[in-house]
This record gives sequence, structure tokens and C-alpha cells, in this order.
Amino acid sequence: MAVIPAEGAAQARRRRRGPSDATWLGIGFIAPAVIYIAALVGLPLVLAFLYSVGDVKVGSVGYQFVGLENFRSVLESPSFRRSLVNSFIFTISTQVVVLVCANALALALRDHFRGRGVVRFLILLPWVAPISLGAIGWKWILDSIYSVVNWVLWKMHLVNMFDPPMWLGEPGLAMASVIAVHAWRMIPFSTVILLAGLTSIPRDIPEAAAVDGAGFWRTHFEITLPMMRPIINVAVLFGVVFTFTDMTVVYILTRGGPYDSTQVLPSLAFFTGVLGSDLAEGAAISVFLVPILVVVAALMLRVAHRAEVT
Amino acid sequence: MAVVETRSLTKIFKKAEEGAVNDVDLVTRDGEFLVFLGPSGSGKSTLLRMIAGLEEPTRGDVLIGGRVVTDLPPRARGIAMVFQSYALYPHLSVEKNIAFPLKAHGVVKEKRRERVDWAAGLLGIGHLLARKPRELSGGERQRVALARAIVREPTVFLLDEPLSNLDAKLRASAREELTQFHKRVGTTTIYVTHDQVEAMAMGNRIVVLHQGIVRQIGTPREVYDEPADTFVATFLGSPPMNLVEDGDFIAGFRPESLLPADMVQGEKAAVRFRVSLVEYLGSERVLHGIIEGGRFDGRKVVSRVATAQSAAFGEGTAHDFAVPAREVKFFDKASGKRTGPRELSWR
Repeated sequence: MAVIPAEGAAQARRRRRGPSDATWLGIGFIAPAVIYIAALVGLPLVLAFLYSVGDVKVGSVGYQFVGLENFRSVLESPSFRRSLVNSFIFTISTQVVVLVCANALALALRDHFRGRGVVRFLILLPWVAPISLGAIGWKWILDSIYSVVNWVLWKMHLVNMFDPPMWLGEPGLAMASVIAVHAWRMIPFSTVILLAGLTSIPRDIPEAAAVDGAGFWRTHFEITLPMMRPIINVAVLFGVVFTFTDMTVVYILTRGGPYDSTQVLPSLAFFTGVLGSDLAEGAAISVFLVPILVVVAALMLRVAHRAEVT
Repeated sequence: MAVVETRSLTKIFKKAEEGAVNDVDLVTRDGEFLVFLGPSGSGKSTLLRMIAGLEEPTRGDVLIGGRVVTDLPPRARGIAMVFQSYALYPHLSVEKNIAFPLKAHGVVKEKRRERVDWAAGLLGIGHLLARKPRELSGGERQRVALARAIVREPTVFLLDEPLSNLDAKLRASAREELTQFHKRVGTTTIYVTHDQVEAMAMGNRIVVLHQGIVRQIGTPREVYDEPADTFVATFLGSPPMNLVEDGDFIAGFRPESLLPADMVQGEKAAVRFRVSLVEYLGSERVLHGIIEGGRFDGRKVVSRVATAQSAAFGEGTAHDFAVPAREVKFFDKASGKRTGPRELSWR
């Protein structure tokens, strides 16, 4: 009888020395994810930083460190400066449109009504459908010759049939179109987040506001929105990151044109680095996004953290 | 100050289901403290919410101060409400919480400040004005909710179980404070609760609700001493009224009326009472037992006797007990409704 506990203790001691079986199992489970992220996100990121301070071109074999030469050259290029400004216009305008629309939709979808499920599904559709398909659809909708928008406007006697607006061909309109399409894509995502925020507000609170004498707008702006602020911050943070780094809509609709008027940093990086074969300069443009996004993310997280709920 | 009236007020949430509130006709008195009392699901909160305008009645009307307000939004009814959760605005300071109703009614800033100070002073929360609701205790939150309710001097107060989130000790003192407060401001108040102690202690009158139907309206004394039906008789009082069936009627008597025979003077009904369980509650004992012999042989009944008089009543012993004849109430067996006094032979 005395032997058994002694043996047990020895076993326990042996086990305590190295990581336990459970730890190894845990490592085994997490490893695929770590390897995946390291290989497909980490490595390209490191390469981007390396390329941005080197002289790498598509097909070149050597690597020469050139310091900040690429950044200097990029900063001097008018295309880059235009794209930088465009990126901000694109991101901020999209977020404004998205927030206003998502707010209205979330409010509408909060209340029960017949067919709410169908409406929710339809609203989610732009988010779940592949963006390339959606964007191509929009390209047809906004086409210079076949545009249904123009046809409708013409039927309503709002535009001249022989001189319709060139939605993707005039600088101002092209930017507006790109913003509209990207907002269309982002709205479902924000709506879902805001809806979650809205439904988390106890029913008593808006009721108390109603009894206290607040109408719809006052309740919305002074009670509901401030209470939703943390979750709105999350929606904006994601929205900014998704918009600032996205090039799909620009690429498919306008390719950055006309005259770079819709060129944004990610698309410029792609055109310069991949299509223009100048990997180093493309990398420099991409890396330029990093500090901006880090600042945005840090700012938003701080605001979200500070916001007070309950 | 105003009178609240409901006229066959009904709320049916789902068609083909029983209504949550059914044909309720009530009239408060001016400046009265009226309590809606009932178990959960009795429709008392729904009734209050319809008076507040937060719930649309299926039919019927609500009148406040003689004016039909059924189709008016809550803000046009001149009411103030305190919610069970208090529903304070978490992102606003106490001061802004209290000032919110004034702001919503377009009161100018200087006047707002003055009113907030008045309300905060009345409830003794002047030192908390800069805090956020989450920095307050339960009792403090309740006062802020009250201050927010009184700040624009409503004609009617609606209180939805405002004490249920407080611990037992705090609840007793809050109850007293609320009563004092009502005496001071004298505003017509409707108070919803499922706690009979609160209802008895605070109400000028009590409306007893069950399954969306008003069972009785009366002063605490009336609903306790003269219950209108068996539901009211058993819902009020702890332990509830003893009910014994006899033919087509039911006889009821309060546990405190079932006393040792020698303590009962005058006309009385005597029974042999065998004690099966004794609950010691400090100042009194609750004796659970059965009637032995006579027509009610074997019926379970409960007696409440002061501790000083109950030393001899051990578990398993049998004693001569009696009920004063005037304390026995009679109910119709089929409807459960109160009927006139009857001859009851106990032996």
C-alpha cells in the first residue's frame, strides 16, 4: 500500500518537469493558425518592410539596401500625393455615408414588422456576395452607354439623353461613384454591428426618455447614440481599416482613373509594384499606410476604452 | 395634482389569448397613494404602462385630470415614472440625468439649475450631482430616479416596483422615505408592487389584480379584513387566510384569529387543534396543524400566536382553540366571491 503513493508522487514529479501533455496538445492545436499567420501575413509584411528600403524590381536577383530613397522618390511623385489625399477623401466620405445609412437601417430593423427577416437578408447581401461580382454589377449600372441610372434620370427628364453624366469618366463623379459603391458594400457590416449595439440598450432607457418628454430626435441623439458610442467606434475602426486598405472597388470600377482622380494608396501600390514591376516603390507606398492605420487604430481603441457604459 | 381614470382598459398581446389586462375601471383620488398589487403576470405593470402611454391599449380609455390621453404620447400626459431598473442614463452625470426632463420640455438653463438643486435637496443627493450613475449605490440610484421624476412637478407619479432592487434593510427605510416624500409633495401616485408588505404599509388604497382583472379595491384594512374573494383572502397575509370548505361555501379565518380557546371572548367557534409543526419567528409562533373531530376533521389550518402565549404548544400536542365568530368570512364555493354571514356548525 505504501508503494503506490510513492510511485504516484514520482510520476507527478516527472510530469512537472517538462510541459504537460495538455500543453503539448494545446501547442498542437494552435500551431496551424500560428504557421498560417506567420507564412501568409507575417512574412509578406516583413518582406514589404525589407523591399521598401531596398532596390528590388520584379525579376531582379540581388538586394541592395538604399535606405529611405524609395520613400523620398514616392513622396515626390504627384500621383502619390494625389492618392494620399484621395485615400482620405475616400475613407472619410465612405464612413460618413455608411454611418448615417447604417444608423437609419439599424433603427428600422430594431422594431418587429412583417418580413423583417427578408429585409435583413437583403441588406446583408452586399456583404456576403463577392465584392468583385458586386463591383462588376455596379460597373454596368454606371456604364457610360448602358447606365440604367442615366436611363431612369432621362425618363424622369432630369438629364439630357445625348449628354448624360459620365459616372466613371468625370473626376468628381468618379470619386462619388467609388465612394457610393464602397459604402454600399460596407453598410451591411456596420448595420449589423450597430443593430447589436442598439438592441443591447435596455428597453427602459428609451422609455424613460419618452416619459421624460424627449421626442425621437432628442432620444436618438442625446441618449441612444451616446450609449452606442463604444460600438460605433468599433464599427468605424473596422470600416476605416477596411476602406483604407481596400482597392477592389477602385480597381474594378475606374482603375484609379480618370487622371488618378480615384487613385488610392493600395491601388497605387498595386499598379506601381505589381503591374509597374517596381516592387520596392510599391512596398514603400504600402508601408506608408502602416503608421496611418496604427494611429487610427490606437486612437479608436483609446476612445472605445474610455467610453462609459452602465 | 390630478385624478387618473381608466375606462374598461384592456390589453391583449396575442389574439385568441387571454388579455393581460381586462376591462379595468379605476378612478384614483386626488393626491392619493394608490398601489397596484398582484402576483407576477397579474397585469399590474401592463396597466401602469398603459397609463404612462408606453403600451397601447387594445381598447378602453385613460383619463388624466379629466382629459382623455389614450392617444397622446407619454410626454404629453404630464406624468413622471420611476422604473424598476431606475433607467438612469448611464452616460450622463446625476445632474444631467435630473435636468433631462426639463431640457426636453424646453426649460431655460438658469431655471433648470434651480430646479435640479431643489429636487436634489429634497432627496438629499446634492453631493452626488457630479457623479455618474454607475458610481452610485442602489439606494442613491433610486433617489436620483425619484429626483428625475419630481423635477418638473408632474401631476401624476407612476412607480414600477422601485424598491425591488434594494436589499431588505434598505427597502424598509426607502419605504418609509417614499411615504414621507409622498406626504410632502402630495402628488397622485400609482405604485406597482408584488410585495404585500409594501402595499399595506404605503398605500392609501390597494388595487388587487389577478389575471388582468381587478379583484378588489380598498384601503389596506378593507382588503385585509374584508377580502372580496378567496384570491384576495389568500394573496394577502402571511401565512394566508385559512379556508375550509363546507357544502357550497367556504369559510375563511386569519391565522391570527385562530387562538387558544381561553383567549377568545364572546361568541366563538371552538375546535380541537393538533399542532404538527411550529415555526418560531421571534415575537410570534406560527403553528401548522389539523383540526380534529367535528365537521372539519383533518383540515389543515395555521395559527399565529404570540410567543408569550404559546409555550405549551409543542409539536404533536392537541389543544382547544377557537375563532371569534365575527372573524369568520364566507365565500361562495363556485365563484369564490364573498357572501353574507351564515350559520356554521363546527362540531
